[in-house]
Amino acid sequence: MEFTMAGALNAALRDSMREDDSVVVYGEDVGKLGGVFRVTDGLQAEMGIDRCFDTPVAESGIAGTAIGMAMYGLRPVVEMQFDGFSYPALNQVISHVAKYRSRTRGRVGLPLVIRIPYGGGIGAVEHHSESPEAYYAHTAGLTVVSPGTPADAYALLRASIAYEDPVIFLEPKRRYWLKEDLELPVTAPPIGEAVVRREGTTATLIAYGPMVTTAMEAASRAAAESGWELEVVDVRTLSPLDMDTIVASATKTGRAIVVHEAARFAGFGAEIAAELNERAFGYLAAPVLRVTGWDIPYPSAKIERHFLPDADRVLDAVARLLEY
Amino acid sequence: MNVSAGVASLTKAAWQDVAAEGSLGAPATHDVDLSHDQLRSLYRLMALSRRVDRQAINLTRQGALGVFASSHGQEAAQVGSVFALEPDDWLFPTYRETVGTFARGVDVVELLALFSGSWHCGFDPYQYRVAPLTTPLATQALHAVGLAMAARIKHDPIVALTFFGDGAASEGDAHEAMNIAAVSGAPVVFVVQNNGYAISVPYRLQTKASSIALRAAGVGMPGIRVDGNDVIAVYGAVRAAVDRARRGDGPTLVEAVTYRLEAHTTADDTTRYRSDDEAASWRARDPVDTFLRVLRERGVVDDAYVAEVEAEGEAVAARMRDFLFDAPAGDPREMFDHVYATPTPQLQAQRGILNQELSAAEESA
Repeated sequence: MEFTMAGALNAALRDSMREDDSVVVYGEDVGKLGGVFRVTDGLQAEMGIDRCFDTPVAESGIAGTAIGMAMYGLRPVVEMQFDGFSYPALNQVISHVAKYRSRTRGRVGLPLVIRIPYGGGIGAVEHHSESPEAYYAHTAGLTVVSPGTPADAYALLRASIAYEDPVIFLEPKRRYWLKEDLELPVTAPPIGEAVVRREGTTATLIAYGPMVTTAMEAASRAAAESGWELEVVDVRTLSPLDMDTIVASATKTGRAIVVHEAARFAGFGAEIAAELNERAFGYLAAPVLRVTGWDIPYPSAKIERHFLPDADRVLDAVARLLEY
Repeated sequence: MNVSAGVASLTKAAWQDVAAEGSLGAPATHDVDLSHDQLRSLYRLMALSRRVDRQAINLTRQGALGVFASSHGQEAAQVGSVFALEPDDWLFPTYRETVGTFARGVDVVELLALFSGSWHCGFDPYQYRVAPLTTPLATQALHAVGLAMAARIKHDPIVALTFFGDGAASEGDAHEAMNIAAVSGAPVVFVVQNNGYAISVPYRLQTKASSIALRAAGVGMPGIRVDGNDVIAVYGAVRAAVDRARRGDGPTLVEAVTYRLEAHTTADDTTRYRSDDEAASWRARDPVDTFLRVLRERGVVDDAYVAEVEAEGEAVAARMRDFLFDAPAGDPREMFDHVYATPTPQLQAQRGILNQELSAAEESA
């Protein structure tokens, strides 16, 4: 059956709720409306208002109450309506969600999921196109997941809901309408494992979330237009990061490019590049490059295409890599 | 409001004014149901709390605690509040509520781990149904609301009580917590200890409103303002709020007006921002002394009971000295063990590096 990524996420929520009474879903407009992206569509009607409900417009409140719920044995899955509105919750996320297990010496774990539609590319107004993954990945105690395909959206969200630690689940909103034929329940490698989406020998593209599609497109075009065989690694889990898979690929191809939509400076790509430098230095024929958004606040809709990394920009970087 | 048909006149329009300030009712008298045994228990917990507080201050001066936030003068507000809880209820304290948390039954040595530096939270929250002493202000109020919402979803008749202060009441989380609790009907009691100061900043610079309790009206829940130095009044007000929450009638905000007789923490200096006269006027209304005086007058306690409690206090203080001086720091390798349910490969690697450092240090020692 064909699923969009939004549909796959919706199916994952529904299946998790059917399977486990302790799973509750809440946030702004997730009830009757089914969420602004319809990811929670129909859940309140099927599961009842105790299991899927609307909250006041209060993002810190949404994250903070999820902590108390998880303490009392529920598995809350809460929605931040947009990336740009997730920042009021950062105090709760950094000070408590991330630290609770550690500060209580392992006695209180928080099985909760904070879903955040993130990234640009949908022509949105200001504050609706942010890529905040580095803030979360930098915070010890958080598990940070971002699917790049509908199949992974289903499998990783189910795994996140069943996880024993809090998960920041970053949904690439421009890929909500990406379609894939799925047989539910989809199985996939667990949280903490990257996958090689496409095998190749010329260079490795390392991507996650919205840039998986971009990297795959670049690899297809490279094969057709230049005869380059690009390997694509889908990171899937930003923290804990599966460097083994990335190192194995970069060691094989000898060249690596990290692709992400977030700004370059102190971005997630810097971490991967630094780790590759430490662990694969002797195998690399060229420095690790980054193809990222510019170091600017996210631009307005009519010019956002000049911000977003695309296949052309990725292929230009491959060409630069091959000059070494 | 009544919505009119739209524009009724081009030169006149109607609107509604809010009274300049919400209204606080005149003090009303309520029956407070406490047996003599309960009254003695209240006194015992307040007297022990004061001894714990004094010992903690002394231990800080002697270097056994890094810092301590005293509750001296706030014993009635804290003990009276937690005394209104049933065993299955939950407490969400801040760092100021050490004596309320002690009165709730948390082992005093485990309780003071935050200040001794042996671990951030030294007790098991599930054992006592008490959340960690929280330092980011008002954040724990949301945890209390979430826990109460979860209890309601599970049809468990429990109540969550959270404390915060007059300073923390200015935080956004305080408002979000009260509003979400009111909307969801969560069985929560918010107890604001208005002790007059947020470190050095006085109440009048936190808010222009005459009472924090008035905020209850803004979110549509009942509010109570009570003399926080009168333990009977605090207990009665909080018990009424706890009962209301347990009945399913939603949250209540209780403002207990009290005074922080000591400095904010042992690192603070009150002479820079308040007068001795002000503190002296509150010392005359000392909650422990006034309660004891009334109990003696009414024959609820006698000298023998007071001496018994004093001896118990000395034993608790001795235990604090015994276990907080030279408390072992623990194994530093443990810092990697509780970040996640299962340590990540990265943390295992870092634990290995620290282990090598420690082994090398042991060898060279």
